[in-house]
Amino acid sequence: MRAPLSWLRELTPLSAEAGDRASVVELASELDALGLVVEETEWVGQGLGDVVVARVLEIAAIEGADRIRRVVVDRGAGETEVVCGAWNFEVGDLVVLAPVGAVLPGDFKIERRKMRGVVSNGMLCSGRELRLSDDHEGILVLARPEHPEAALPAGVELGVPLAEHLGFGPDVVFDLAIEPNRPDCLSMIGIARDLAARFGLPLHLPEPLLVESGPAAAELATVEIDSPELCQRLIARVMTGVTHVASPAVVKRRLLMAGMRPIGHLVDASNYVMLELGQPTHPYDLDHLGGKGLRVRAARPGESVVTLDGETRVLGDRAARGGDTFTALDALICNAHDVPVGIAGVMGGQSSEIGESSERVLLEVARFFPVSVGRTARYAGLRSEASIRFERGVDPLGLERAAARVCELVVGAAVAAGVEPPVVATGLVDANPRPFEPSRVRLRPFRANALLGVSLEGSEMTALLSPIGYEIGAAATGSPGASGTDAAIELVVPSWRPDVVGEVDVIEDIARTYGYRRIPTTDRRSPYVGRLDAVQVLRRRVRRVLAGLGAHEAWTSSIVDPREQALAGVDAALIRLANPMVAEESVLRGGLLPGLLKSLRHNASHRNPWIRLFEMGDVFGLAGLPGGEDASLPHEHERIAVMLAWEDDDAGAAVNAWRVVADALGIIGVEILQPSLRASGGEGGGAPDLSPSELAIGLSGLHLARSGLLVCGDGGTIVGAVGEVDPDVASAFGVPHSRVGWLELNVANLVGAPRRPDEAQPVSRFPSSDIDLAFAVDESVPAARVEAALRAVAGELCESVELFDVYRGAGVEEGRRSLAYRLRLCSLDRTLTDAEVAEVRQRCIDAVQSALPAALRA
Amino acid sequence: MERDEQVTGATVPGGTELPFTASELAEIESEALAAIEGALSLAALEEGERGALGKRSRFSGLYQQLGKLAPETRKEAGQRLHEVRRSIETLAAARRQELEAGERAARMRADRLDLTEVFAGPTAGHLHLVTQVREQLEDVFVGMGYEIAEGLEVETDWYNFQALNVPIDHPARSSVDTFYLEAGASDENFLLRTHTSPVQIHLLERNKLPIYAVAPGRVYRRDTPDATHLPVFHQIEGLVVDRGVTFGDLAGTIDTFVHAIFGENVSTRLRPAYFPFTEPSAEFEISCQICDGAGCRTCSMTGWIELGGSGMVHPAVLEATGIDSEEWSGFAFGFGIDRLAIMRYGIADLRSFIENDVRFLAQF
Repeated sequence: MRAPLSWLRELTPLSAEAGDRASVVELASELDALGLVVEETEWVGQGLGDVVVARVLEIAAIEGADRIRRVVVDRGAGETEVVCGAWNFEVGDLVVLAPVGAVLPGDFKIERRKMRGVVSNGMLCSGRELRLSDDHEGILVLARPEHPEAALPAGVELGVPLAEHLGFGPDVVFDLAIEPNRPDCLSMIGIARDLAARFGLPLHLPEPLLVESGPAAAELATVEIDSPELCQRLIARVMTGVTHVASPAVVKRRLLMAGMRPIGHLVDASNYVMLELGQPTHPYDLDHLGGKGLRVRAARPGESVVTLDGETRVLGDRAARGGDTFTALDALICNAHDVPVGIAGVMGGQSSEIGESSERVLLEVARFFPVSVGRTARYAGLRSEASIRFERGVDPLGLERAAARVCELVVGAAVAAGVEPPVVATGLVDANPRPFEPSRVRLRPFRANALLGVSLEGSEMTALLSPIGYEIGAAATGSPGASGTDAAIELVVPSWRPDVVGEVDVIEDIARTYGYRRIPTTDRRSPYVGRLDAVQVLRRRVRRVLAGLGAHEAWTSSIVDPREQALAGVDAALIRLANPMVAEESVLRGGLLPGLLKSLRHNASHRNPWIRLFEMGDVFGLAGLPGGEDASLPHEHERIAVMLAWEDDDAGAAVNAWRVVADALGIIGVEILQPSLRASGGEGGGAPDLSPSELAIGLSGLHLARSGLLVCGDGGTIVGAVGEVDPDVASAFGVPHSRVGWLELNVANLVGAPRRPDEAQPVSRFPSSDIDLAFAVDESVPAARVEAALRAVAGELCESVELFDVYRGAGVEEGRRSLAYRLRLCSLDRTLTDAEVAEVRQRCIDAVQSALPAALRA
Repeated sequence: MERDEQVTGATVPGGTELPFTASELAEIESEALAAIEGALSLAALEEGERGALGKRSRFSGLYQQLGKLAPETRKEAGQRLHEVRRSIETLAAARRQELEAGERAARMRADRLDLTEVFAGPTAGHLHLVTQVREQLEDVFVGMGYEIAEGLEVETDWYNFQALNVPIDHPARSSVDTFYLEAGASDENFLLRTHTSPVQIHLLERNKLPIYAVAPGRVYRRDTPDATHLPVFHQIEGLVVDRGVTFGDLAGTIDTFVHAIFGENVSTRLRPAYFPFTEPSAEFEISCQICDGAGCRTCSMTGWIELGGSGMVHPAVLEATGIDSEEWSGFAFGFGIDRLAIMRYGIADLRSFIENDVRFLAQF
């Protein structure tokens, strides 16, 4: 909402003046404190005091220049020669001269310049340069007398500052952000009312004076409301004998400052009143209405209207949209013959548009159902100044005033322009099926004090409320045992405040008018001890461990492209958005792989291919558990994914990353289960059968033979997946790496995984002995099983088992590989003898050879 | 000199005469000391020592003669010789230490490393800036005795709007501003939460009062991505519900955490605003840190920067979860984590957050 200071000052005698910068800054700060947030303070009319009225005496070509001309003007106090590039003026025209030294808006300082050898001692200004209009086609021509030698129009004097000539000068426009609960402040009067109350000033509400004559309006027009749920009231006034004129300069100026374009006195008056009082009105050309009345009803499916902007708007048949909770219908304005002539509260129709030839005018002033207007405007993509006001709610008791005010301005414009003023028909035409009842609210002062943390008397509260329009009723008896100050107060809520429905809304008004900043701040302490829960602690620990492994934390969008999810094989049971903005962002991610692959590609394409990234975030899917719950319910769970793409990274790097994470979290007993080993005829290691639900982490998008699941040894819970990204998937994402390590973990299952007991293990003081053993083991047997067998045999003497060499080739038969282990043996209470070590060694060899397809290598 | 004379004067023939003159002894000593002093290596030192005190040395020769002397004289001569030996040995030990240190230093110098010619090794990764800011905020509130609550990103219309007193016709509920999901029965209206406020409802429903909690998390708005908007971003929400909670408490709490986050010199202020789920509602602002409140481009010349929204929990919200709004009152506040991050680090384009360019990630 753009509010010119001069306009506000007309409604309440504010002390702030455009010329006094400090006073304007102070006023802006008060507006802020009232919740009318000043987004920008704009100083306008700068330079209007510097530029002067001048008359063109001579226009001459400049040799060698075809775009600029030499112009001599009479500025009253002598002649001035300038160079000008505009062509829209003639000798004798009255124009605006910015002499050398003038400063135009935008701190544009006029200097003496030389162009094509001709000295220019100033500039002739366009409307835009003066911020008086948008016009920059040519210079501003104030008047064109009948012929070059004609006398000056009455009252015009050459050389006077333009501000004086126009009757207005520098001004300030506050660009205010008005909250949706304050429709009254979408008007000058609403803003002025709050300011008047704040400063204890009187408020001058416009009281239009109308001279009505001729036939009663009811004889000239009718109004009818078919759908009272869409339109609570509709009134009309009629003016006849209208002559089209331009609005007075002050009206045009104010419209421009408020951000609207002056068009003609009828439309201008309607817009002016909307800005002044907050009530939109609509003038129709009664002779083009095709019937002498207006009728409001719900649009029928498929009905169309050609709106003022020439577009055909189809109404009433919108397909239901996902999640749309609106139920109201489009409201239509029709003429007396039920032909649509406009979209109620949104935009008028082209057929009855006011034009220069309009002679009889019907003025519609209505109160439409806010929800309907809001919905219609949004779906039609037609949010207008009017629709915004209807959507938020106009003052139900302000319709008559607005109607009269528009007529008053139309008459005033005609008088100012020196033409015969129109005849305002006697009386109103009124359809009022839902008469307005003001709301009443009971205010308990003790409640207000308790909620705000202040101690105001009831009388102090009413003194704050009454200037903003509350009617104070009798003080009723409050709660039992209440003292005089606790007596509840009956209030009638101002008609322009649809937001005030309960006591707490009144309490906000008390706080606001008292001043939020005057309410003393107090200390409120929690009785609890704050701490992070297990998941939060785990996240923090894992983040730091992963960063320690060189991985940067990334975050990618959760709204993704279904095709990319499909590329990575994480597209089962994806949740689709009902109303995506673009197809590339139309589903919720089912996994973290696509997002991180894209991030890797981005970095690779910026010559940083060797990176490690991790992400923590939620993935989503429809829970289609067989025979389980409703397959259409959305599910969501949190994951951690690590992408390892340093130069030598592969599945091994991912396994080691998992080992570090598991160690940092104290997780034990999680096994790597590699289905590909089983598929090739090997043994599964006795792990549970895998039938993961669609939401569980799987091996989609991962390398067939270099990836596995992380499974808890105790119950078979899948903690995550580890391995390498499927090279085909990687290249489909444009990732140039031959190998990319991948680790993905399910946070909830990670939290529930078995942990090392909180029990210290003693460390031996005695010397240890190492046994090195190499076995040729069938490829189908996971090395983990050899290690497990060794640990089992060595028992409590085993300090560590380490795989230190893997070898395939000469000396090892086909289908097997050599696995070399180093066992470190140690006892807590003695030095082991050679015989003991030898005995353990032999038992290890026997155990592995008997339990597994493996043979000791010499 | 005096001793010299004594020695000379004490010369007596036949077993009572010293086997050396003072000058002879002095000469032996000074020759030995010179040899040791002049030794440039441990080997040379050893040789010098051997030459001075070894079996075939002149000194040793004198020593062997001691047995022939009368006891008195022997004692004196022995003492003299012992002094010389001690002097030589002391010097040799010192010289040995010197040479050893020198050789150790030479050995290490040969093994020198210019510490600036080191290849870059792997570096530690960085936590995402949004994570860092979020953790800092969590720590502040944990310090204030708040619980860190979390909710899901997929919510229902009830939790995201209805229970929060957002009217059925509120623009935010339209499919223009909210992402709705194709999931569940049609009347359930699953959506992506547009704010962290649904967590308030879950906390209230738990019915464990009083509540002192914050809820950080990811939220969604149907915005076209640009420099200052992403459809996916992060917020933190606070909720306090207790007996006798006032608007003054809200102002005081905002003051407390703003000081903890931004430092003691930053001031806060509240101004009226509108949110359906709070009443009275307030935007809270902090004094601009760029210009210290003097007015600059960052704060649009106002000296203040808007941080977030807040207010007293609307009675309708308490009642929607079955809490007696006459007995309990509360306040809520919320602000953008990403916004805080871009403000503090002067990040020009929010989209940097989702590109995950390491040149960006590694800066924080």
